[in-house]
Amino acid sequence: MTNQQLAVGAKVADSDVFDLAMSWRGYRINKMCSALSQAHNREAYRQDEEVFMDRFALTGHEKDLVRARDFGGLLAGGANIYFLLKLGVVTGNGLYKMGAAMRGETYEQFLATRNDSGAT
Amino acid sequence: MGRIIAGIGTSHVPSIGGAYDRGKAGSASWKPLFDAYVPVRQWLKDLKPDIAIMVYNDHGADFFFDKYPTFAVGCADSYAIADEGFGVRPLPAISGDLAFSQHLCRSLVYDEFDITVCQEMRVEHGFLVPMHLCFEPGASWPVASVPIAVNVLQHPLPTARRCYRLGQAIRRAVDAYERDVRVAIIGTGGMSHQLTGRNFGQMHRDNDLDFLDRIETDPESLARLTHGTLMQMFGVEGIELIMWLVMRGALSGAARRVHRNYYAPMTTGMGLVTLEEQS
Repeated sequence: MTNQQLAVGAKVADSDVFDLAMSWRGYRINKMCSALSQAHNREAYRQDEEVFMDRFALTGHEKDLVRARDFGGLLAGGANIYFLLKLGVVTGNGLYKMGAAMRGETYEQFLATRNDSGAT
Repeated sequence: MGRIIAGIGTSHVPSIGGAYDRGKAGSASWKPLFDAYVPVRQWLKDLKPDIAIMVYNDHGADFFFDKYPTFAVGCADSYAIADEGFGVRPLPAISGDLAFSQHLCRSLVYDEFDITVCQEMRVEHGFLVPMHLCFEPGASWPVASVPIAVNVLQHPLPTARRCYRLGQAIRRAVDAYERDVRVAIIGTGGMSHQLTGRNFGQMHRDNDLDFLDRIETDPESLARLTHGTLMQMFGVEGIELIMWLVMRGALSGAARRVHRNYYAPMTTGMGLVTLEEQS
């Protein structure tokens, strides 16, 4: 390929790069998360997570990751971080909580590493 | 004839919107960010742009991966405010300039940019945060807007060079417009941030400050960088900075810097630079 921008499948700072292979793999998860942009879907999710996951045909493994709130696992399964944040909103897991878990830290430990944790 | 009068590069971090909505702009942790935009709003008020071209990315509020445009240009007389997953923010609706947008789309396509033309677009924090940082919303906004959404989510992304050239094509379109409109262009996103993996929250202050220098004085050197290099320098999500090159490409070499700011409290370097064309 001319003008190579990034080796296919390459990691950056130990993280996956969301590319076409990831997007295909995570399609169902991202589609479910995308639906959470609508209030009536957020309500439906809160009422019955299992029914909601069935609506988007998540695999058994994907459902387990959602049930476990394993956001790192979902990312590895092709979730896009910006879509995943919508799942974070309905399950009470904001970006910084997700991030702390990815770093292997508690939320409080993570905040202590920031320049000014008042700016949340 | 239309004229580009100013360019702005600014972060669009969503927590800025949250702080704004909760009235936290004056808090000790947020003042270093919000105070930097007070003179920017006054400067823009004095410059009186008719149109703001907002180069931003959607974060899943309006676009999905079933069909994902590389460059999407708003071509409507108004743009709704999207629900990103936590309700619709209490901001005035966004007015468009339909005739200008139609000219811009026509001009870009004939200039060989194969854009996606959008007659409905719901805008979100990528657009809205820079909007309320740069302009005072009263009952309505003081400018009409043209949203231009860039794919910075799903690789392959447009190259940094392509973004720079899009800016140059936007300038040609504005120059060729029949009405005497004054246009400001805003490139948004970044600066350094990494939102996944064990290095979540990693920032690169020195690279951010260097980018602020180079976007002003040597944008060509940034346009040469590959996505791989840019992500090493600014984090995986820091690749959003390619959108600042669209803004810079739309300005001339004679544009002069007016404002600059940098603040990095949490997980994203929040940068600001403003450039003004010499009349």
